[in-house]
Amino acid sequence: MTQKNRLSSSKNRGRINYKKPLTFTYGKKTYSGYEGDTVASALLANGVDIVGRSFKYSRPRGIVAAGAEEPNAILQMGATEATQVPNVRATQQELFDGLVCRATNGWPSEDFDLMSYVGKVGGNIMSPGFYYKTFMYPQSMWKNYEKVIRKAAGFGRAPQEPDPDVYDHIHRHCDVLIVGAGPSGLAAAAALAGTDLRVVIADEQSEFGGSLLHSSELIDEQYPQMWVERICTQLREAGNIVCLPRSTVNGYHDHNFLTIHERCSDHLADQASHQVRQRMHRVRAQWVILATGAHERPLVFSNNDVPGSLIASAVSTYINRYAVIPGQSLVLLTTNDYAYQTAIDWFNAGREVVAIVDTRTNPQGVRVQRVRELGINIITGSGVINILGRQRVNAVEVAKLDEVGEKIIGQVQTLNCDTVASSGGWSPVIHLSCHTGSRPIWDENILGFLPGETIQQQLTAGGVNGCYGLKDCLQQGYDAACDALEKLGCKDTPKPSFNKVEDIAEEPAMALFHIPHSEPTSRAPKQFVDLQNDVTAAGVEMATREGFESIEHVKRYTALGFGTDQGKLGNINGMAITAKSLNKSIPETGTTIFRPNYTPITFGAIAGRHCGELFDPKRYTAMHQWHIENGAKFEAVGQWMRPWYYPKLGESMQQALNRECVAARTSVGILDASTLGKIDIQGSDAREFLGRVYTNAWEKLAVGKCRYGLMCGEDGMVFDDGVTSCLGENHFLMTTTTGGAARVLEWLELYHQTEWSDLDVYFTSVTDHWATMTISGPNSRKLLAELTEDINLEKDNFKFMDWRSGTVAGIPARVYRISFTGELSYEINVQANYGLFVWEQLMEAGEKYNITPYGTEAMHILRAEKGFIITGQDTDGSVHPYDLNMAWAVNMKKTFSFIGKRGMAREDCIRPDRKQLVGLKTKDLECVIPEGSQAVNDPNQAIPMDMLGHITSSYWSENLGHSIAMGYIKGGINRIGETVYYPQTDGCVIEAEICSPVFLDEAGERQHV
Amino acid sequence: MFDKNLEKNTIAMMDLLPDASVNARAESPLAHLDQFHSHTNIDTDSISLQEKPFLGHLLLRGNADNTAFKDAIKKVLLCELPKTLACIYTNELSICWVSPDEWLILCEGDKAYKLEKKLREALVGHYSLCNISGGQTVLVLSGHHAHDVLMKSTSYDVADCSFPIGKAVTTTLAKSQAIICRKDKTTWELIVRRSFADYIWHYLHDASSEFK
Amino acid sequence: MFSIYCPHCCEYREEEEFHAIGEAHIARPVDPDALTDAEWASYLYIRKNPRGLHHEQWVHAIGCRKFFNITRDTVSYEIKETYKIGEAPAFVA
Ligand SMILES: [Zn+2]
Repeated sequence: MTQKNRLSSSKNRGRINYKKPLTFTYGKKTYSGYEGDTVASALLANGVDIVGRSFKYSRPRGIVAAGAEEPNAILQMGATEATQVPNVRATQQELFDGLVCRATNGWPSEDFDLMSYVGKVGGNIMSPGFYYKTFMYPQSMWKNYEKVIRKAAGFGRAPQEPDPDVYDHIHRHCDVLIVGAGPSGLAAAAALAGTDLRVVIADEQSEFGGSLLHSSELIDEQYPQMWVERICTQLREAGNIVCLPRSTVNGYHDHNFLTIHERCSDHLADQASHQVRQRMHRVRAQWVILATGAHERPLVFSNNDVPGSLIASAVSTYINRYAVIPGQSLVLLTTNDYAYQTAIDWFNAGREVVAIVDTRTNPQGVRVQRVRELGINIITGSGVINILGRQRVNAVEVAKLDEVGEKIIGQVQTLNCDTVASSGGWSPVIHLSCHTGSRPIWDENILGFLPGETIQQQLTAGGVNGCYGLKDCLQQGYDAACDALEKLGCKDTPKPSFNKVEDIAEEPAMALFHIPHSEPTSRAPKQFVDLQNDVTAAGVEMATREGFESIEHVKRYTALGFGTDQGKLGNINGMAITAKSLNKSIPETGTTIFRPNYTPITFGAIAGRHCGELFDPKRYTAMHQWHIENGAKFEAVGQWMRPWYYPKLGESMQQALNRECVAARTSVGILDASTLGKIDIQGSDAREFLGRVYTNAWEKLAVGKCRYGLMCGEDGMVFDDGVTSCLGENHFLMTTTTGGAARVLEWLELYHQTEWSDLDVYFTSVTDHWATMTISGPNSRKLLAELTEDINLEKDNFKFMDWRSGTVAGIPARVYRISFTGELSYEINVQANYGLFVWEQLMEAGEKYNITPYGTEAMHILRAEKGFIITGQDTDGSVHPYDLNMAWAVNMKKTFSFIGKRGMAREDCIRPDRKQLVGLKTKDLECVIPEGSQAVNDPNQAIPMDMLGHITSSYWSENLGHSIAMGYIKGGINRIGETVYYPQTDGCVIEAEICSPVFLDEAGERQHV
Repeated sequence: MFDKNLEKNTIAMMDLLPDASVNARAESPLAHLDQFHSHTNIDTDSISLQEKPFLGHLLLRGNADNTAFKDAIKKVLLCELPKTLACIYTNELSICWVSPDEWLILCEGDKAYKLEKKLREALVGHYSLCNISGGQTVLVLSGHHAHDVLMKSTSYDVADCSFPIGKAVTTTLAKSQAIICRKDKTTWELIVRRSFADYIWHYLHDASSEFK
Repeated sequence: MFSIYCPHCCEYREEEEFHAIGEAHIARPVDPDALTDAEWASYLYIRKNPRGLHHEQWVHAIGCRKFFNITRDTVSYEIKETYKIGEAPAFVA
């Protein structure tokens, strides 16, 4: 296919490289373009009018804009399933050879107008307020609508395969971040080049220059493109400036933290192969200069959405920058002087300007005069009230307007043309300044919102300030740079990078947003405010009629500014129409607030390198490699990877657990317990401190002894537990749960630093320093004896809850005789670098006892057989020690009111009907009650049933030959022997008897042997 | 042995390294990479990542305003404790500031116990000393792209103006944390916890891929 | 993402190094057991949640592990000052 709308190289100063033709696929067809094109400019060059169908009414839609504000040309990109990217704006995607894309909106195809048949239905079911009203009705309705609507309208789709590309994050710190590299941004950067400041300048486009890339206004008597080139060279060579093209500053967060989404290789190929595809820059800037420019506003009039209707500046951009003229004959509709340039550009490109329709009665500005000199027909005091044509503009209807532009006066004339460019003035791009909560301010002079007050160290320059003349934009950029320099304490004043700038005087624009039709808005052909969401002027008026008076409500009612568009083109027009129909001013209807992100960001860029194996840290113990080699299945406990169980060939999980549990009670099992939190406590007040944070007494714990402790919050609720050992008079080792280690250490520091700083004590985490292996079972003493010569293991010397130091397998070790299984157990601690060695020695020596490694699951079963709790599983932050029937672990007589004491004495904590932890024994011994099951007294009670408490731990116990469970029952401690019922979701009811949670060895003899 | 006379000890101290006569194998936190990865170390001019295993790590706590404490330290270490966010390298030691009352002393692995003993003999009053040699390891990131790799890995500003040679900062590293010390223009030491070492090593490896 | 000056490290650090604890200057009662349930509940649960200046306790968790206080504007999120435990704030509402 030929590029019928491409201008010849001789006529153009554009940024197209005619020597480098490219081919690409759009939908089912292949097209050609050039290096330097966007997909949008290439499509226009090829005469592709329709790029999608509208969301609600399924109307054909064409390209409207040339940048981030494009509402229609939203593509699904990607040559393969894995490289699919949804919601790519054709106006922002650079063309590369072999690019594959298709329209997002439009099913079954953007050319086949299926929805025009059902369009009326769609239009009706999706009247304004559709979302609002539908959500007020039964939700089942929405499901039906949504399926049809989503499929027909399309919102892009995520790839079904993993993304093959690499994404990256980088942290930047700078003195000045300049957002936007148009005239203001470049003038600011040029002024900062060569200073001591660290400067970053980012722009969303492929090259710096902004509007200067398509402008013909002279700077120092040269085309502005020359100036851009000169400044870019200067910035590159300055050494203190990081230039980031293709980088959208998407979020402006607190304290000048900004995120930049850089597309590093999206413009090169479908897949980046070994390069980084996209990079998120996380920037902390001392000062930010917003030079984000402005977006042109289209005008709202009937059928203003027909393909061939564009915003005026976009037409100029396509002609001058991309050497594409998107039609044969133009009608320009404007409320201001600036847009006249589009007619001049069109004329200079050699095609027909049918007429300029200016809503003002007597425009006389410089550009207007220039147009008059070219002999172009100007129709003043009039508006384009309607576009004729469906797939493409055929003609426009033009009519005289009254002075304020509210009514049509006189005859309607029809002008034939295929392109309509409209300009209703400019809206400053204030999105970023809103992100930190700053409220924008309406300015009557520029008919737009300006950045509001902010606490951020933020400066603004150019279009974002409503300043649109080139000379002023450059000057403001320069001034902002000088401001930043001064604020950062630099004394030198830099030289401006420009001297003589063409200054074209403009007359005031007319405050008109919505061109009336002969019919009232409600009956006129559709006048679109928000093209992406199919919001019409009639819809906005209807919202106000239904009583929505705040713009925030109108937006939610109509969906104005929703989706990927975020109201870039339609917001102000929507507000103006709302204001008018409420007879209010625009600021009275509210302001407009934008939230991050400015444009959509891929999940890849958000994730960066934090994906796959690196998604979250995995913590390993010193013995991890052994566990892998011996077939362990792993369980994540916090970030720790712990062996869950060690299945042998052909074993089911339950079979493995049965074997592991039996071994630990009949011979010897071995557990990697390294992940338990360990805190070294030194200082003469260590003992006193322990007494304050634990519920039990610590004064009398002798050196060489260990004690179990419960830790509560001030509310009296248990939050961690563990064994603490007295290593020396002033030296203790506290253990915590695996998941609670960091929290407990912070808790201790909190109280030490903020409440009891008079106590002489220091805490140091030694969790990672020690490798801990627990050998448990009747043969554990015999096994340990084989590996130590210097620890007296005799029963009466090294007792239960004692610790000793010595060597194990020749390695210095601390051995703690403590037990979480209720069996004879030793916890062997060695410096972690020797953990694997000692573990292997134990395995070797233990072979004759059939030493059996067991994982966390068997550990859970073994402790449940003994009724030992696991905080976090059997507690949930709402139970105190008495609820756990652990009064033995609380000493109310301690002189200091320990943490939790007052809390657990509250009236609510001494109610007799509190939920209390008990054992549950099922009537059917084989049946394991699902954890989380709720107990009831009467299984036949009508729903909602009175619930007594839930099961927290439940297992099959091979050692006991029946199931075991722990759970809460209201007043359960006094209900031992009674029966409760656990109704299941499948209708079955499990019957269980309340019992002691200690299922095995109630006297506790086994651990003392 | 220690447990014969438990009562007299206020602090338990033991040499955690085995006697030279014991034929025991020590494994650093990244030892498994030798066996299971073909590319244990990256080592080019632009970027190099190496583990410096088996050092002695002693964590010292005390009051820096206390003259007796300072004098005792100076007597044993032969230097002052580093000031806020500083790191000192001597012939035998490196000492990092960790917090206003906390310093990390690195020495050769087999010197740690002797040093602990010497310090305990010299120190009086309230202080804490903890051998955590098994719990940490040191990664050395060097090369002229080391700085770029760090920019991808930590939100701390690693530019010369904010992170001069001789600075030590505890901060985030990927989704974990490290003490980052700048040893010279292109050499950074990262002191990381044992259990996170594998994650951090793989993260840095991944972040280096552009520069290999 | 806040940029927070740690009064112990004496420099600005990224928010991700810190944990927020809650309202500052809530001292643990000297004799908890002498308090009524209502008084104890007020110590435990009743917080100011002001619009405007607020004193908060934070900890430099991935850093020096020291607790300190912040005076922060809860509307603009501006941090007016940070100060050590035991010191008095210079900015008060
Ligand atoms: Zn700090």
